This record gives sequence, structure tokens and C-alpha cells, in this order.
Amino acid sequence: MGFELKNWYTEKKQGEVVLEYNGSITSDLISEALDSIEKSLNLKNEKNRVRKKVYNVFVECLQNLYHHVDLPPVTAPVEQESNFGIIILSKDGTFYRISTGNFVKKEKLSYIKDRIDQVNSLSDEEVRMLYRDILSNEEFSDKGGGGLGMLDIVRKTGNKLEYYFYEFDDEYIFFSLDVYIS
Amino acid sequence: MYTLVNRLIANMETIIREGTPKTPYVRLDGENGLVEIKGRSIPENSVEFYKPIIDWLEKFGEEPAAETGVNIQLEYFNTSSSKCILDIFKRLELIHKKGNKVEINWYYEEDDEDMFEAGEDYQSIINVPFKMIEMEE
Repeated sequence: MGFELKNWYTEKKQGEVVLEYNGSITSDLISEALDSIEKSLNLKNEKNRVRKKVYNVFVECLQNLYHHVDLPPVTAPVEQESNFGIIILSKDGTFYRISTGNFVKKEKLSYIKDRIDQVNSLSDEEVRMLYRDILSNEEFSDKGGGGLGMLDIVRKTGNKLEYYFYEFDDEYIFFSLDVYIS
Repeated sequence: MYTLVNRLIANMETIIREGTPKTPYVRLDGENGLVEIKGRSIPENSVEFYKPIIDWLEKFGEEPAAETGVNIQLEYFNTSSSKCILDIFKRLELIHKKGNKVEINWYYEEDDEDMFEAGEDYQSIINVPFKMIEMEE
């Protein structure tokens, strides 16, 4: 059976959904989404430490999409908007889960996979050291992070990144990323 | 050329930028040797936001105040800001290297380990007196 976006949604929306969005990831959307989760009672009642972590990681995830997403395939059951991406923030039990989804061309798969596998393979201390190393030594592109985004997310959450690639058609895969904050 | 530079320094303006949901409050006061950045820094294009600040510091560095106090009190910031913040510190490091007094105060809330660690990152990279200041919630 092929990939069903509906099933993916159902899975990611387990728990209480704080925010859910699919469409074009623009600068204004990022501002609105942040404003909206700041008003969420769930988060307002959290300790400062957790609340800030959620905001920070949420923004990093959205900006990751903002800088990297493409047009979805024409056959996808979504609106044909440039910068198409999905983000869902839910509180599931004792943790917050941020799930992002977007369509990517198949040729990008190994690049993304290698990147995440590398970050996931590091210990906390190695993550910290690599972060400092990139921060102090590497030139950033105008786009921003210079590869710090994923590293920052792992560092702040202390959890590994969970990802899945679903084959969509001959050309595209659906890239799903889950980040947990507790 | 020399007179031109002199004139620029004499007219060094104080820059104040109010904070927005994505960018911090900024105060750059050459006369009093004060650099302040407060709030959150999460613009998509950080380079664009920070360029005028870096430019100001470069000019300020040509004839800095006897003492420069730097207060950084960020709620949180994105990775694209992290490099720009480092660029600011590198400018300040140059001023310090030339024998001028510079002190960076890095504020963080008492239970905010992320902001504490970010301060430690910068402290380990740059060579300027760097004070970590814990704030009570």
C-alpha cells in the first residue's frame, strides 16, 4: 500500500494538539504560529524551562522547513503551494512532540539521512563540541544555520531525532521528522 | 580620509531599536560605551538584522569609549542568530585586544540551562572578560 497522508496525521495527532498547520511556510506564518502556541494554556502552565525549550525548538523546526522545503508533487493530496510543509505540536502524556512533514525529491534522501544519522550518533558531549566547532569555524550561508539547526534541536531536547521516509511516487518521498521535548 | 573618519566618529549616533516578536531590543550608545541586546532573536534572515549592528561596532572600534559595557539578556535565539551574536563578540574582542576595557555580561534566568550553556559556548570561543549573571525568575 502506498503512503497515506491521512494515516500519518492520525498518528502524529495523538495526545492533545496544541497547533497544527499545513501549507506554505512563510515568515508571517512562523510569527503567527509562535504567537498561537504562546497563548496555549498547556504551555502557559509549564515550567519556564520547558516552555522556552518548546518555543525555541518549535521555531527551529519551522525555520528548517522555511529554508529547505520545495513545491509538493502535483499528485499530492495537498494544496499546490510553494514552501509546502506540515507542522504539528502535540502534548502526548508527559512530553511534547513536534512533527514536521514535507515532500522532498528522492535525490535529497541520502543527504538528509546522513545528516540526521550523524547527529543521532553523537553523545551529548560530542553534540556540544561539534556545535561549538561549527559556530566558531564555519562560514554560514545567507540562509542561516550552517548545519546547526538539527544539532541545536538534539542538544536542547536531549533526545534523538526520529525520522521516516515514505515513498510517495517515483520522484518524491515524504519526509517525516519527530522531535520530543520532556 | 582622516577628517572624514573623524567626522564619522564625532557624529556616531546612538542606535535604539525596539524589540519585535522576532527581534530583540537593541541599544548602541557610543558616547557611554554601552551595547545592549535584550529579548528574543529569531528572525529568518539574521544577517540582514545584525548587519547594521556589526557595521556600527566596526565604526565604534575605530575610536571606542574608554570602557565598553555589553549586556546581553536574551530570552532565546535561533541558530541563524547564533553566528551573528558571535560576530558581535568578535568585533568586541578586537576592541579589547587593542587595550580597551570591554566587559560582556551574559544574563540568563536561573533555571535556563540552554541560555547558560549558550553563554558558556561564547565564553569558550572569545577572549573578552565574560560574566555570567543569573537572574531570579
